[in-house]
Amino acid sequence: MTAFTINGRAVDVAAEPDTPLLWVIREHLKLTGTKFGCGIAQCGACTVHVDGAPTRSCVTWLEDVAGREVTTIEGLSPDASHPLQKAWIAEQVPQCGYCQSGQIMQAAALLESNPNPTREQIIEHMDGNICRCGTYVRIISAIQRAAQEA
Amino acid sequence: MTKTVQLHSYALSRRSFLITAGSLGVAVAFGGLLRDASGAAVAPAVKGNYRPNAWVTIAGDGMVTIMSPASEMGQGIMTTLPLLIAEDMDADWDSVRIVQAPSDAESYGNPGFYGIQLTGGSESTRGYYDLLRLIGAQTRKVILASGADMLNVPVSELATETSRVVHAQSGRSLSFGEIAANGALPDPLPQATEADLKPSDQWRYIGRRDIPRVDVPSKVDGTAIYGMDVQLPDMLYGAVLRAPVQGERPEVIDDAEARAVSGVTHIVPLSYGVGIIGETVEATTRAKDLLNVTWSTSSRVRAYTSDRLLEQYRSVGRDLSQAGVEAFAESDAEAAVTGAATVIEADYMSDLVYHATMEPMNATALVTGDTVEIWAPTQGPTGTQGFAAEVVGTTPDKVKVNTTLLGGGFGRKAEADFIVDAVSLAREAEGRPVKVIWSREDDVRHDKFRPLEAQHIQVGLDDDGNIVGWRHRIVADSIFARTMPDLFESQGGHDDVVTEGAHFNYAVPAHRIDYIRQNNGLDIGFWFAVGVGYTRFGIECVLDEVAAAKGADPVQLRLELLRDQPRARKVVETVAKMAEWDRERDGRAVGVAYSDAFGTHCAQVAEVSLNLQTGMIRVHKVWCAVDPGVAIQPLHIEGMMIVGITNGTSHALFEQINIIDGEVQEGNFDTYRVIRMSEAPDIEVAVVPTLGSPVGGMGQVGLPPVGPAIANAVARLTGGVRLRHYPFLPERVLEALNA
Repeated sequence: MTAFTINGRAVDVAAEPDTPLLWVIREHLKLTGTKFGCGIAQCGACTVHVDGAPTRSCVTWLEDVAGREVTTIEGLSPDASHPLQKAWIAEQVPQCGYCQSGQIMQAAALLESNPNPTREQIIEHMDGNICRCGTYVRIISAIQRAAQEA
Repeated sequence: MTKTVQLHSYALSRRSFLITAGSLGVAVAFGGLLRDASGAAVAPAVKGNYRPNAWVTIAGDGMVTIMSPASEMGQGIMTTLPLLIAEDMDADWDSVRIVQAPSDAESYGNPGFYGIQLTGGSESTRGYYDLLRLIGAQTRKVILASGADMLNVPVSELATETSRVVHAQSGRSLSFGEIAANGALPDPLPQATEADLKPSDQWRYIGRRDIPRVDVPSKVDGTAIYGMDVQLPDMLYGAVLRAPVQGERPEVIDDAEARAVSGVTHIVPLSYGVGIIGETVEATTRAKDLLNVTWSTSSRVRAYTSDRLLEQYRSVGRDLSQAGVEAFAESDAEAAVTGAATVIEADYMSDLVYHATMEPMNATALVTGDTVEIWAPTQGPTGTQGFAAEVVGTTPDKVKVNTTLLGGGFGRKAEADFIVDAVSLAREAEGRPVKVIWSREDDVRHDKFRPLEAQHIQVGLDDDGNIVGWRHRIVADSIFARTMPDLFESQGGHDDVVTEGAHFNYAVPAHRIDYIRQNNGLDIGFWFAVGVGYTRFGIECVLDEVAAAKGADPVQLRLELLRDQPRARKVVETVAKMAEWDRERDGRAVGVAYSDAFGTHCAQVAEVSLNLQTGMIRVHKVWCAVDPGVAIQPLHIEGMMIVGITNGTSHALFEQINIIDGEVQEGNFDTYRVIRMSEAPDIEVAVVPTLGSPVGGMGQVGLPPVGPAIANAVARLTGGVRLRHYPFLPERVLEALNA
């Protein structure tokens, strides 16, 4: 059993220590907002926060988060009220939407450390997250909006 | 080719507007999401008992449930289609709840697309538009009749406001909810005709920019349910190890180590691979890696090496003695070209490309006796019923398909291979559901790629530089030969999705299109814009070659060839103005391209720069003007253009699958490159509808023009260096520069 905290809740998971955190979150804890995209940290769809740091959960093992605090898209805000979530709706960012949990979690870490990023800083920080629908221009607009309105 | 559905009685006459034609809806599509926020929202199930037809149900509290018949893969269709019903029935959009329709082609098939539930071809809005507006009008007439009965007045004295029936003379009114709660459905149910449709000047919803998409809120807080997210009681997990070369079979399966993995419950030999069932994803993933399989070595796909084949296709295209199947002919193009003063001649080619949906293939199935239930991110519920029935030896009506949200489709999820996996494993699982998940590597290596293709284009010009004839030869394998063999056969071996887009609306006096089919055994499939994605590459680039040869401006040449087409001219003129076409740019150049595919006019201008040392192209900005006839949701049309332009830039610059001796060389996003934020162009879109024109398709419209616009810009930047092979890899660019 591995104990850690997820979205403020203490959990104890019975899975092999080298199970990817992604599958622990999605299939053991049934928090399906975190997505499987590539399995090798190339697309960012699985991004969560571990002790506040954006982390690719597909290449993080269960044992790595023992005693630590994990936040997923479901825990970013209690009622979808995070400035980024509101901005994502205002800018109508998602198309298929599958990558957007990871995009938002990645962006949330940026605004946490840099509340007013430049366009270049946004692009540099977000470049590891693929959106196959190509919503990049609206993602940039939404992050800028969230930074302004926060 | 393009099917335009006329407003006719056909759609009505084949449907019975009986209350019993209703249905249950799909409870899985959204995780119980019901929002209090303004605007329509998605709901897990139909509520209420007042059901004028299979599409609309009204509850006593005024909630209007509308069925969404198509697959939502990001194109906004589950907002667009219900909105058409809400428009003509005069429903209050804030009271609308949208439920994903179940697999029931009789009730929910697309009348403009074979009458089935298949989302693709940019056919949903075009195919359903007239029907759903009539459904809305019919619903309104039913409500009016019920209201007339309740108020004891003639229907002719009643009118509707949003979700309300009003009797102006007496000042009385009834809400739709009151009618649903207390009224009776009229018998017989009234029917609707074109005369009952709301005139465009009275539209409340069509054309408004401020109506958000109903699926968006669930996509920012993790509550949206894609196929991958399905969770069922007692669910098992499945994985399938497929043969490294398409068409091979497992001959010897050594599963000793795989079986020993804790949590593995079944190893299932399949004709095309080996399935694993287990209690967890990590168990099936681990066991899959531990299988030792000896594969057959008899597949003809082992002879498939993409580089070598493409050279061969190119030779076939140039060898005019090799006749093809006539796809289109107007006058004698061969004679016109042969007798021309000048002939512009070029080969255009494109490599195999991979769909790369962000959500890899997956499906969940439960087999109970001879019935099957499926939860899947599918573009084709009707086809899914057929394939699943075949696996278990039952009939399609015994198969229920719950269509979830799709994490990208692009044509890939119109296929059924991932469905077949889930059903094949579920039938071994003794009444427990099985969720099959493909790894990204499975998804790359076993995709149904866009065909490898070569085109040979000849354009004849007279002494004054006027185009007198246009010959277009397209050399590629066939998609329809595999997916629609009867249609392929009945068309004499013509594949109109592979040659799609070759037929254009430019005024040329003689035009011939030939399809020269190749057959090398590899399964190829429908990719974003399918044939249009490469045919317009050839056409639009050759047009610029013609312009250069006669010293004409590319925009002016297009306007001249579109002289009788005001809608086409409008988008070309608009985009030229937006991009300040004539402005000199330091170190950069602009190129233009246009397309009328999918019933929508779209013109784009790309601004590029080029690093002459590395061969790297940078696309700085793309301007786009688009006229879909009726612009139902302009803001979301802009969104679709962003998708098409960004994806189109990606495939033009980066995307390439290499197959050597039948084995796909790429495996994940580290080797198959798709565009990232730092490489994406800035995009500016103008939506310029033409009211009174038929509604056009939208899903794939944005992609085709961007590649040729980039190539044309590079040619203008470099004094005529032509890029004729997708993708424009740096080494290819350098080769062209040094040629």
